[in-house]
Amino acid sequence: MRRTHPSRATAVARRVLAAAALALGMGPGMALAGQPAPWTELGRVATPEEVRAWDIDVRADFTGLPAGSGSVADGMDIWDAQCATCHGTFGESNEFFTPIVGGTSEADAERGRVASLTGDSEPQRTTLMKLSRISTLWDYTRRAMPWTAPKSLSVDEVYAVVAYILNLGEIVGDDFVLSDRNIAEVQARLPNRDGTVFHRPMWDVAGAPDVQGEDCMRDCGTADVHSMLPRHARDAHGNLALQNRIIGPMRGADTTRDPPGTLEETRRLARAAVTAPATTIDAAATPARLAQTHNCMTCHATERAMVGPAFRAIATRYADSADGSASLARAVREGSQGVWGAVPMPPNAGLADDDIHAIVEWILAGAP
Amino acid sequence: MGRILPAPENHLPTERLREASKARRAFMGKALAMGAGVGAAARAARADGGERQILELPAHSTGLGQPVAARGYGQPSAWEGNLQRRESPGLTRVSAASVSFAPLQGLFGIITPNGLHFERHHQGWWDIDPSQHRLMINGMVRQPRVYTMDELMRMPSTSRIHFIECGANTGMEWGGVAVPTVQYTHGMLSCCEYTGVPLSTLLDACGADIGSGGGEDRYVLAEGADGSSMTRTISMKAALDDVMVAWAMNGEMLRPENGYPLRLVVPGVQGVSWVKYLRRLEVGDQPWDTKDEVLHYVDMMPDGVHRQYTSIQEVKSVITSPSGGQVLLDHGYYNLTGLAWSGRGRIRRVDVSTDGGRNWRTARLESPVLPKALTRFNIDFVWDGSPAILQSRAIDETGHVQPRINQLRAVRGTRSIYHNNAIQSWRLQPSGEVDNVQVY
Repeated sequence: MRRTHPSRATAVARRVLAAAALALGMGPGMALAGQPAPWTELGRVATPEEVRAWDIDVRADFTGLPAGSGSVADGMDIWDAQCATCHGTFGESNEFFTPIVGGTSEADAERGRVASLTGDSEPQRTTLMKLSRISTLWDYTRRAMPWTAPKSLSVDEVYAVVAYILNLGEIVGDDFVLSDRNIAEVQARLPNRDGTVFHRPMWDVAGAPDVQGEDCMRDCGTADVHSMLPRHARDAHGNLALQNRIIGPMRGADTTRDPPGTLEETRRLARAAVTAPATTIDAAATPARLAQTHNCMTCHATERAMVGPAFRAIATRYADSADGSASLARAVREGSQGVWGAVPMPPNAGLADDDIHAIVEWILAGAP
Repeated sequence: MGRILPAPENHLPTERLREASKARRAFMGKALAMGAGVGAAARAARADGGERQILELPAHSTGLGQPVAARGYGQPSAWEGNLQRRESPGLTRVSAASVSFAPLQGLFGIITPNGLHFERHHQGWWDIDPSQHRLMINGMVRQPRVYTMDELMRMPSTSRIHFIECGANTGMEWGGVAVPTVQYTHGMLSCCEYTGVPLSTLLDACGADIGSGGGEDRYVLAEGADGSSMTRTISMKAALDDVMVAWAMNGEMLRPENGYPLRLVVPGVQGVSWVKYLRRLEVGDQPWDTKDEVLHYVDMMPDGVHRQYTSIQEVKSVITSPSGGQVLLDHGYYNLTGLAWSGRGRIRRVDVSTDGGRNWRTARLESPVLPKALTRFNIDFVWDGSPAILQSRAIDETGHVQPRINQLRAVRGTRSIYHNNAIQSWRLQPSGEVDNVQVY
């Protein structure tokens, strides 16, 4: 939203802020009422171009929404090329992120509340089940999507992608064209448009809590055990012995074994384990670690294709190629599209050549 | 069941003081007796004449150690490598949009070491060149302004200690026990001394319109410079009170994982509002309904309505030691310890139960007890080998008492994800193992 308020409010603002500064006990250099603080000269006025470049937010009343339009048909093309890998062809994918589409009905769109949010019919709450403001979907698509190349869509492309998501959710028809002129009508059809409420008691620090405990000190409650981890989940978070200090009052439980029966057994296991530094703090940048820290593993895995191809598949393809190393390095540095499909690999201009070389050689060796 | 000593004694009437003193003598006798038993067992394993650790001088007593500045930036001891930030398997599927939990089970006091501070990223983290970073303030201001880091760091700064807790901390436990240790139940929690400039100072410098209701009818949007350009609406009342634009944590610049070079600090409010890589603040007269205000960080009630803008982290506490996934190796004395905090102010009192909430004793609070900061509590615990269920219950200065999980569920249901501030129960078994249970 771009708006500059009339200057008459400034004097009021300055008085209140000066009072706030006093209340904070800011001491030396504090702002005095009616007198500009000495640090107000720091910084500079933002140019209108700068404000336009950064201020891209769109509010629920559509303040900030740029003029433009996009069709469901155009949205489908963009979706298939840039969105479907992560979100699924129909926005239903649960592989990388929670699903976008599903769980809403025509009756919901009539009512303005999504019925499947109560009960257990939908295991996941999809974006369209929760979405109460169409501006939210527009704003986030523009600022943060596609995931590896945020803010790369044009205004019309954002309209098109949002139109396509609405179409997948059967909120608009196949020939719909979304624009700044009809987006308010879509808001009036959103299945969950009346499903949210501004909860002031947890917004305001002085708000009243909705759940109050009891400060009973004697003979309180029933102390019944209602829930515990199932036995098979004992090691689901790894070996807890390796997640606790090797000295002090306690140790971590050895979850590679069944629970010990006696304190003696617990003590024997724990004391036997303390022989060496539990984990060496290895600062060496192995290629595997480089790939992790530079987010390669977000889209690639060793064995299996994810957003991008598996490292083993890359190694196989370039096994007999003379310039495999050079062309892979170029793809990492500059990005690439079309070799493994339509999903573009983003450029990694910030990666040092040595690191790229190390990662590429590691991939060609089968990412051991 | 272990005996709990009354404490702190300087708050007790005279007759209770006498009791306490008697109890302490009795406990000391018992502990000494137990100590003697353990000692006898241990001696049997020794060489004649004493312990090898004492009788045989180790290399570090008989040689030359490392020079100064061998490591220009110091590292923890290699023996401390078990304490790491860790992901919870299966919680998220993409590591750049994930969370790592702080190892609360091994931390002391109230300050979280910077390298162990929990992480939550929505679109990966960056190490931004601070000389290129800019902060813009626009919207309902007399003039939109831009600041460099040089200029911000010349502003009148302040340093304050505050906790930061993700609104989804303990969220996996709404429906029942899901994770084994305090790292995963409560580890989206950290506490630092932050240094920065009060947001009110910057708003003043830009001539912000703060409305006519002491901030009630104005809002501030905070936006990050990262890929997701995270946006959250901040209360203008909070902005005029204690919100900070911070560049430092615990005496050094922010870590990249925590928003280097600039982040918002919103004391008492869930972590998502502490926007990292802060690039822009905008003053407006309505909240913005951003993605993390409409689709996430909304609390679903049993009737399917989502509560928006549930920002305050309400009164909460947890025993960190002993805690789930740990084992006790002996009977006898332990200093049972934990953390308490409230987004509405100071902690007034923490009570501890070792019998699943039937009976409670009041714990000792370590100083300092600061508003919207972690508070460390301790209480004596003598374990006699019986099963025990350990709980802590905090009360803040507004009188809000930390509820049980069934009290929360009665109002908010089981599918809320966010703002679970329930009393945590740890079950101590005769084998010495401690596990996570829900008890009420």
